[in-house]
Amino acid sequence: MSIDFILNGEDVSIEAPEGATLLWTLRERLKLTGTKFGCGIAVCGACTVHINGKATRSCSTPLSAVVGLKVTTIEGLNENNNHPLQVAYREEQVPQCGYCQSGQIMQAVSLLNENPSPTDEQIISHMDGNLCRCGTYTRVLKAIRKVAEEGKS
Amino acid sequence: MGKNMKSISRRQFLATTGKATIMIGGFYMLPGCRQNKGQIGDNSELIEKEVNVWVRLMSNDQVIIYTPAAEMGQGSMTSVPVILAEEMDADWSKVTILSSPVEAEIYGVGWYPGGTKNMVTAGSRTIRSFYQLMREAGAQIRSILIKNAAEKWQVDIQELTTQPGIVVHSKSNRKMSFGEIAEFGNFESLPDLSEITLKNPKDFRLIGKVMPRYDIPSKTDGSAIYGIDVQLPDMLYGFINRATVHGSKPELINRSEIMEIEGVKTIVQLDHGIGVVASSVESGLKAKRQMQIKWSEALASTHNSNEDLSGYTDKGAKEERHEGDVGRAMKAADKLYEATFTNKYAYHAQMEPLNAVVSLSQDKKNAELWIGSQAPDGAKIAVAETLGIDQKNVKVNQLFLGGGFGRRTLAGYAAECAALAMKVEGPVKLIWTREDDVGYGAFRPQLKNILKAGIDKNGKILAWDHTAIGPGGGLSNGGAGVSHYDIPNLRFARKDIDHGIRTKHWRSVGHGPHKYVIETFIDQLARTYKIDPYRYRQQMMQKNERARKVLERAAEMSNWDPNPKGERAMGMAFADRDSFSCGVAQISLNRNTGVIRVHKYWCALDAGVVVQPGNAVAQVEGAVIMGISSSLKEQISFKGGQVEQSNYHDYPILRMSEAPESIEVAFIDSDEAPDGLGEAGLPAVGGAIASAFAALTGKYLYDMPFTPERVLEALAT
Repeated sequence: MSIDFILNGEDVSIEAPEGATLLWTLRERLKLTGTKFGCGIAVCGACTVHINGKATRSCSTPLSAVVGLKVTTIEGLNENNNHPLQVAYREEQVPQCGYCQSGQIMQAVSLLNENPSPTDEQIISHMDGNLCRCGTYTRVLKAIRKVAEEGKS
Repeated sequence: MGKNMKSISRRQFLATTGKATIMIGGFYMLPGCRQNKGQIGDNSELIEKEVNVWVRLMSNDQVIIYTPAAEMGQGSMTSVPVILAEEMDADWSKVTILSSPVEAEIYGVGWYPGGTKNMVTAGSRTIRSFYQLMREAGAQIRSILIKNAAEKWQVDIQELTTQPGIVVHSKSNRKMSFGEIAEFGNFESLPDLSEITLKNPKDFRLIGKVMPRYDIPSKTDGSAIYGIDVQLPDMLYGFINRATVHGSKPELINRSEIMEIEGVKTIVQLDHGIGVVASSVESGLKAKRQMQIKWSEALASTHNSNEDLSGYTDKGAKEERHEGDVGRAMKAADKLYEATFTNKYAYHAQMEPLNAVVSLSQDKKNAELWIGSQAPDGAKIAVAETLGIDQKNVKVNQLFLGGGFGRRTLAGYAAECAALAMKVEGPVKLIWTREDDVGYGAFRPQLKNILKAGIDKNGKILAWDHTAIGPGGGLSNGGAGVSHYDIPNLRFARKDIDHGIRTKHWRSVGHGPHKYVIETFIDQLARTYKIDPYRYRQQMMQKNERARKVLERAAEMSNWDPNPKGERAMGMAFADRDSFSCGVAQISLNRNTGVIRVHKYWCALDAGVVVQPGNAVAQVEGAVIMGISSSLKEQISFKGGQVEQSNYHDYPILRMSEAPESIEVAFIDSDEAPDGLGEAGLPAVGGAIASAFAALTGKYLYDMPFTPERVLEALAT
């Protein structure tokens, strides 16, 4: 099948077998490997991307479901990789192994886009489906809180 | 060009960071060029000099340092080069870090005097192993840079000093950058170690200073390359159905049906499973799903872990250590106490499932491996053995690891990938699904621990007798020591039980389960004699000042209070995983649901010299969270030899909403040699929670994990 969608602001047309998922198409056909495979059943959040601005688990999204839609991956989040959350991540030294962090960032940015100054409770509830085995949660929260506080000012 | 001079474009090392530009063909990746690091590779006039195996100097002042450690989140990719750069007096802003070639004879270390050199990143050993070596290597480089400058200027060596990146002759107010020296310098013979002096730690500019980790920028924008991210032209995808019962052999029943699936290239018979190689991930996964396999019987098929654990006895346990005379001291004691604890199997649950990429030459006599491995040298040997070639014909590219925790020291996944690649034309990326990673996991062993203590009438421990029963051999021996306590008579016994399953090192290994049972028992003895558990330990640490100071620091920083305050209570535990550490947990309990919540955690440590204090705090935070996760939630069980869990839905790990609101970490100032830090914060967590639970409820938690079900059971006793 041939699928057309908008990837990080550009039109793409991609050939893929029936049943292809968005995750493996992004990673292995389009070579955008920042989006990670963690569980394959939408329970860990490592594969999170934005579809029309909404945080979505790409491992459980059929490629056919994104026809004509806007897909944003970590690579397309910000032209200079200077989204305020990326900056806060570097300031707070958030990642350890880093494998879950593209998903954490994409999940968090979708909240900040809707609500620039979320409370801690709102942040935690929004982030609770994104697992981190290295245990960076307190720093992830700190980084998001930092951006949220800027959002208030 | 001279012997040591070559153009950077001829180098073929794999960068492990930054915005790697992959130029296929030569398999050449350009290291990350961040704005503050200049532009390596843009200038063909650059001269690069190999100073020793660790360092290359460039005429534009850039310094390349090779790091021998796997980077799995623990930060030693930065810390090891920091040690070298410190003694070399390199300008850190000009340093590029590359993964060293996987040559254990050159880049490895022995773990004990005379031990075989290896490149295994495990057991919190990296900084301990490389500290002195890197200091000496850096000092040698600084010395030869000075020597070259002295010859150039025709001045006495004694008149020269260094500042970061430059040699200075203050008498004549002249300066020469390391890059300038690289252009003309002779680095053929490095000074003997007897001719160099190491810096006084008081003069350190990098060691002990909070610095950003080198790998972090690439982990905020998706550009960090992990094993699973490798892309090669015409790459195929491999998947394997592995034995669900360890040791059973497969027979594929519907071979022809699988071969007909579109995209399937070949089926590979392995000893422990059936592999498939396909042109896409989707085809490979479809073939994997549709295979019908008949499995042979195996020893492990009789293993029902929960029942087996309940049935463990200490009959026939073998004495491993004995100090003093435990038997006599027990007889002389005023009272004897005994408690039995259990813990379940635990899974590593690293976020990146295992994977590897192997590319073979046309004649299959040369191989290249891309992997994130805690033991890339072992992976190299495994690939060579699988292919029947010499290991010098295997090139290993070490990439980032999406978590390790002990799981990635096994070489099996590299060997599997080589076995698949051997049967097809073109490179193969082997991907384990999460279900593979759980089902064919290698686990922290389940254990039953029986503890006995003989006590005098004041509550002092005269004799200590600990027996550990369960699988895992040596994995379950470490961490049973209590030598930091002043107990005159000690005995440790072990009964190993073979269930025919895979067990493995898991962050902090035996210390996790053992510190939980030891510290909980000590806590119980203290409370029995109505002594504050903190004071009880303090009294037992009169001979070990270093340990006692850690304990006292934890009490001080947490504002220790043995009495519950409202709905919350504090608990304490001590651990000796390389570094001494003492954890204090503040918890609350929902008595209706049985859910324990850790609200705050404090951890004091003595780790000797702390090379990277910022990262050290992060490591302890992470270890505490992993400790809470494993203490409260994680358990693997076997039924008929099969793992009953399959993914994060039935093997839950801690979530953000369950993490403490604060984790405070403090290090004791020290000039002692560095100890390990990747694991140190973990082992005290279980005991600290159990202690807090006791303070809150007067009950003890004898079975880990402390799931709501077991907490409710404990409350009902």
